[in-house]
Amino acid sequence: MGVLVVAAHDGKAVRANVANAVAAASQMDPDVTVLVAGNNCDDAAKSAASIAGVTKVLQADDAAYANWLAEDIAPLIVKLAPNYSHVVMAADSVGKNIAPRVAALLDVAQVSEAIQVVSPDTFVRPIYAGNAMATVQTADKIKIVTVRPTNFKAAAGGGSAAIEKIGGEGAKGLSSYVGAELSKSERPELTSAKIVVSGGRGLQSGENFKMLETLADKLGAGLGASRAAVDAGYVPNDYQVGQTGKVVAPDLYIAIGISGAIQHLAGMKDSKTIVAINKDEEAPIFQVADYGLVGDLFQLVPELTAAIEKK
Amino acid sequence: MKVLVAVKRVIDYNVKIRVKADNTGVETANVKMSMNPFDEIAVEEAIRMKEKGAATEVIAFSAGPAQCQETIRTALAMGADRGVLVQTDAELQPLAVAKLLKAVVDKEQPGLVIVGKQAIDDDSNQTGQMLAALLGWSQGTFANKLNVADGSVEVKREVDGGLENIKIKMPAVITTDLRLNEPRYASLPNIMKAKKKPIETLAPDALGVDVAPRLKTLKVEEPPKRKAGIKVKTVAELVDKLKNEAGVI
Repeated sequence: MGVLVVAAHDGKAVRANVANAVAAASQMDPDVTVLVAGNNCDDAAKSAASIAGVTKVLQADDAAYANWLAEDIAPLIVKLAPNYSHVVMAADSVGKNIAPRVAALLDVAQVSEAIQVVSPDTFVRPIYAGNAMATVQTADKIKIVTVRPTNFKAAAGGGSAAIEKIGGEGAKGLSSYVGAELSKSERPELTSAKIVVSGGRGLQSGENFKMLETLADKLGAGLGASRAAVDAGYVPNDYQVGQTGKVVAPDLYIAIGISGAIQHLAGMKDSKTIVAINKDEEAPIFQVADYGLVGDLFQLVPELTAAIEKK
Repeated sequence: MKVLVAVKRVIDYNVKIRVKADNTGVETANVKMSMNPFDEIAVEEAIRMKEKGAATEVIAFSAGPAQCQETIRTALAMGADRGVLVQTDAELQPLAVAKLLKAVVDKEQPGLVIVGKQAIDDDSNQTGQMLAALLGWSQGTFANKLNVADGSVEVKREVDGGLENIKIKMPAVITTDLRLNEPRYASLPNIMKAKKKPIETLAPDALGVDVAPRLKTLKVEEPPKRKAGIKVKTVAELVDKLKNEAGVI
């Protein structure tokens, strides 16, 4: 039957995490079709076709798909779904918004944020902020699965799948897109960065985050934050790492002034190496850190930034 | 306009959960239970709508065992007007909850349903979207800010790259993100008053909903533990370890 991977994109290229979703999908069934829906999305479709392991790309151009409104995209996926055994999306803000709508329209369950494919119908997924791992099996004919990108190694490039153009379903008229306030950053995207520097309430102000920006830029790192820092207004919401924010698993995660609530740990504890800098030596972050440095971050961070400069 | 909010009884977010020794689930006996934090935000938003005159009545819905009454009482103490409990001891998965909600929505005809974007126990993040699908309604998920006007809702949503603004037609389903509001604490007089507010109890059968689980949980395990690390004394030592031991910079 094959797997349908639904790809989010920016019009020019599919999101980087689509390659991770394709890798996860290949473990369910090697016959992977990618759906690229959008308005004039030729380039995005081509980028999907170049992912290794993709058998076919379906390109659905329709003005209704320009901004990925769930009410308009879901009916297209529902129409295509019966041709496949699985529908897979990355568990990002697009997948989380759309996949459950598709599942309910098909009257099937959804497996959210799978981190491992045990067999085509059995998946491991974290529950309780990653403090327990559930192995779940679905008997539904069409399996709707969102996958956590950081747990699947991205499929390589170099593919050359055929692109088939299909029609759109038009707009339902239930919702309209007004605009976006996106954070502008030259830094690597948080979920795919090799190094992430994250700050918490210990930074005390948004102004002080500049110190972390300097460090992040030296390291070529992405910049993240704890919920406390976002709630306090130091940085925008899309910086948040944790149970309900972004899940990251970089080679190096540097937690600065972050105490390490379980909700934060849920978003970063799969990082390869974790460094914690905190003045409180009892802070729970030290229980997951490979290297802990106890002290005043306002002294230590500039010192660290300088030390890295010297390399 | 009526507003329906859904509240789930979950293990309190401060509790360190324990996986059962037989790997069938998570220990819930003698554990502190509370309202799912995202649902508190949903209740708060609905009450504010009523205070501003945008809503006429706030109905708190829950589904699960009899103890979910307590969760509904919490919502009533915050300011909801009445409760609806679909009482069952069966395991309820998101699709089943969405169907129960739909049955109650069909009866109550609210203009908005507000639910938490996810429950902190199963972390599914599905019920609101599923309910919108079953009703054929629009959905405003991961809401950071709401503005109700002229039969539609302007929703500012928390998305991967920042914030997104959409306008959705009512009736609609909203799911709350963390920064939509800061929920109030119920005052003692309001807690006393809440005891007198009505809660209607229904059974899934009476609503004609099959709540049988679709996903079978084969086992629940502890996550792999990270090995305890070391404390370094200086920045120089840290940089040395990162370069020569971890090899990450």
